[in-house]
Amino acid sequence: MSKDNEILEEFTSKEYEHGWSVNYEADEAAVGLNEDIIKWISAKKEEPSWLLEWRLKAFRTWQEMAEPDWANVTYPKIDFDKLRYYSAPKQSNKPKNLNEVDPELLAIYERLGISLNEQKRLQGIAVDAVLDSVSVATTFKGTLSKLGIIFCSFSEAVKEHPELVKKYLGSVVPMTDNYYAALNSAVFSDGSFCYIPKGVRCPMELSTYFRINAANTGQFERTLIVAEEESYVSYLEGCTAPQRDENQLHAAVVEIYAAAHAEVKYSTVQNWFPGDKNGKGGIYNFVTKRGICAGDHSKISWTQVETGSAVTWKYPSCILKGDYSIGEFYSVAVTNNYQQADTGTKMIHIGKNTKSRIVSKGISAGKSQNSYRGQVQVMKRADNARNFSQCDSLLMGDRCGAHTFPYIDINNPSAKVEHEATTSKIGEDQIFYCNQRGIATEDAVALIVNGYAKEVLNQLPMEFAVEAQKLLALTLEGSVG
Amino acid sequence: MSTLTKQDTFSPLLEAATDNFNEQRTLGKESFLSQGLPAVKEEEYKFTQISRKLEKEISDFQSAKPIELTKELVDQSIYEGFEGNVLVFNNGYFISELSDLPEGVEISSISKKEDLNIGSIAKPEKDAFAALNLASFQDGAFISVPKKTQITAPILLLSFFKANSGQVVQPRIWIESGDFAEVTFIEQSVLLGEETVFANKVVEIKGGLNTKINYYRLQNEGRLFIEVSNIETDIHQDSQFSAVTISLSGNMVRNNLNLNILGSNSVGNMYGIYLLNGKTHVDNHTNVDHTVPHAESNELYKGILTDHSRGVFNGKIFVRQDAQKTNAFQQNNNILLSENAVINTKPQLEIWADDVKCSHGCTTGQLDEEALFYLQARGIDKMQAKGLLLYAFAGEVLEHIETESFQAYCTNLVQERLGSKF
Repeated sequence: MSKDNEILEEFTSKEYEHGWSVNYEADEAAVGLNEDIIKWISAKKEEPSWLLEWRLKAFRTWQEMAEPDWANVTYPKIDFDKLRYYSAPKQSNKPKNLNEVDPELLAIYERLGISLNEQKRLQGIAVDAVLDSVSVATTFKGTLSKLGIIFCSFSEAVKEHPELVKKYLGSVVPMTDNYYAALNSAVFSDGSFCYIPKGVRCPMELSTYFRINAANTGQFERTLIVAEEESYVSYLEGCTAPQRDENQLHAAVVEIYAAAHAEVKYSTVQNWFPGDKNGKGGIYNFVTKRGICAGDHSKISWTQVETGSAVTWKYPSCILKGDYSIGEFYSVAVTNNYQQADTGTKMIHIGKNTKSRIVSKGISAGKSQNSYRGQVQVMKRADNARNFSQCDSLLMGDRCGAHTFPYIDINNPSAKVEHEATTSKIGEDQIFYCNQRGIATEDAVALIVNGYAKEVLNQLPMEFAVEAQKLLALTLEGSVG
Repeated sequence: MSTLTKQDTFSPLLEAATDNFNEQRTLGKESFLSQGLPAVKEEEYKFTQISRKLEKEISDFQSAKPIELTKELVDQSIYEGFEGNVLVFNNGYFISELSDLPEGVEISSISKKEDLNIGSIAKPEKDAFAALNLASFQDGAFISVPKKTQITAPILLLSFFKANSGQVVQPRIWIESGDFAEVTFIEQSVLLGEETVFANKVVEIKGGLNTKINYYRLQNEGRLFIEVSNIETDIHQDSQFSAVTISLSGNMVRNNLNLNILGSNSVGNMYGIYLLNGKTHVDNHTNVDHTVPHAESNELYKGILTDHSRGVFNGKIFVRQDAQKTNAFQQNNNILLSENAVINTKPQLEIWADDVKCSHGCTTGQLDEEALFYLQARGIDKMQAKGLLLYAFAGEVLEHIETESFQAYCTNLVQERLGSKF
């Protein structure tokens, strides 16, 4: 046991790798939240009046809503009047290509290991990098536009494709959906917009990289992905934040619209600053992600690797409206120290012959709390709906908790729904087996944990899987016993 | 929080006469008033709109008085094949004259008991209805099985309900057993008359060391019965507690079954079947609280739903930080047979200890078409084949009833209901 503790100790003392911050000149909104701030943000972004109206409407709705308290997490109340809702790196002119982007900003991404230049040359991933509130650079735009694919920052989309934004904004996550979605609708600053036209298979992975740099700033980005009929896109999202003593708020909204026969694959590797080992600081990650399989035979697949954030509150969901549509959710959530994660998914079966699959793997260590909260709902007309859910929890350390709250609501007799969950620690017999074959305990644990998470990691696109595995390795190697 | 008007409907009940339990009644009343009836969105009563149901169906929120009861009626009502002792309850009041008291067990009316710490196991702050019962229960029984006493014959708790100058019946039963004691209880209820009755029942069971307690329930009171029951058990070291709940009919039934495992090397079992038709609504909420290391709990609930019925299952396993080496298993399987039947299930695990083995499984589905075809191919008609398969599905739970006569009786009822009796 003492060995275990030692190893655990070593792990818990590991510092957050992306905890640095950079001083750059920033354009910021005043601290606080009121209609004037919203108007200021909207004016700053030169938005059309309909969008301002939309924001104000969301703000008024938000004012009447109460902060949700049902999640299995505890944190001090957020004072929304003490936050800054907009912060942008100062740039004299909008850059047309990477060469014009402020080298200092690019250096930030370089340090994160996302070299935009390099990516452009080598990996063939189109990246939209978002720093604090605004998108700083988008790569590969030209290549994509030849195929008719629109991939740009949200504010650009508002200017250049207002008809698309107007049509789909808030169509999957209405502004009244929940407290944080309403807040985001009111103050969202930027984000990514992606449109795949009919019959196009996006030739490369699209990627957004989010980073919060400024202190006392909330990041509220919005991602909207529209996949027209028979199109395909794989979308990646990554996040980091500097190490600060105070908590920061990240309240994003992601909306996915999939038309008939379209397929969208959305992968996240979330590595916001989790707070130090005494639970100080860290990001509050309150995110609303939802996709709608609007057309028949459409498919939305969420894959997430959650390793960061002090408090996570995130339920990527699928509304399976089209007949024969498919929703998938694969998740690995790792919590350590004082991290709290309440995450899971919602699968709403509306169409006939719809299928969904949930695989959730929780790993809790230190004094952290890890909850799976999911809902599988089969509506009355959803004949022959099929769901399989598996939620496993792995506990490492005797001060952490793992919880499961699955809601299963079936209104149709032809539904086949299965749910299974297990909670356990790594078996002594498993470790012994490895030891016998000359594998050190530490390596054995890494082996077992990797095997445990493999089902989910396998779902990640190649490029991301590498990063995710590195992250997991960093979190888990030599960490557990 | 519900509106004050709804609380007001209960005010005639809350002005209960003074007796030995004044202190506890005040506690219960305060707790009830602060909680209020479960509101529409209250998590624990989300799918069971009991407040609305009561508002609609119950007109006279007064405690029902005892009715006239004859020995013949009692004898007729006892389920066929029963051998053992019978305790008779008349609208919640314990009637010792009609009962057949087992030897070696102390049994009396609960209201005559002094210095009994009721509400210490089924705590009023946990549930509004437990609080209401504590504040205003009418009567019930105090049952104490002394140390080293093994009662081999089961004790039947036979309750009669009838709306009689009031529609609310609130019985309360306290069961305690000394170390090394063994006892089996079977609960059976009979609803008389043509008016809806609301029963709000609380049973507190306090086990000793190395005790074995079985608590079986048959719920088959028909369309006019609305019930909320809170059954809570404390078990200590080396003990075993098994509960089997068979729900066959009722209007709206809510069973809160809580088990607190307070001593290691103990086993807690909870089994249940709900076969629902018509508009019956049955909600089983179970909670197993593992507070100590080296204990085990098993849970299996199975449901078959047809017509407009609704089943709710919420199973919670709570493993505290100290409860290392816990093994907890939970399973809930459902079959929906009609378009309008609904099942809401939430198997829940809350684990705070790391060296545990906990799992839960939950399925909802249909009969295997191939199995059906196999039977049909062997000359069994479709209806019978269906019944046979359904019985095979539900039968697993019945096996856990140790009292043979009760098992046979329930098997018979289940087979009749499923059409698998030839």
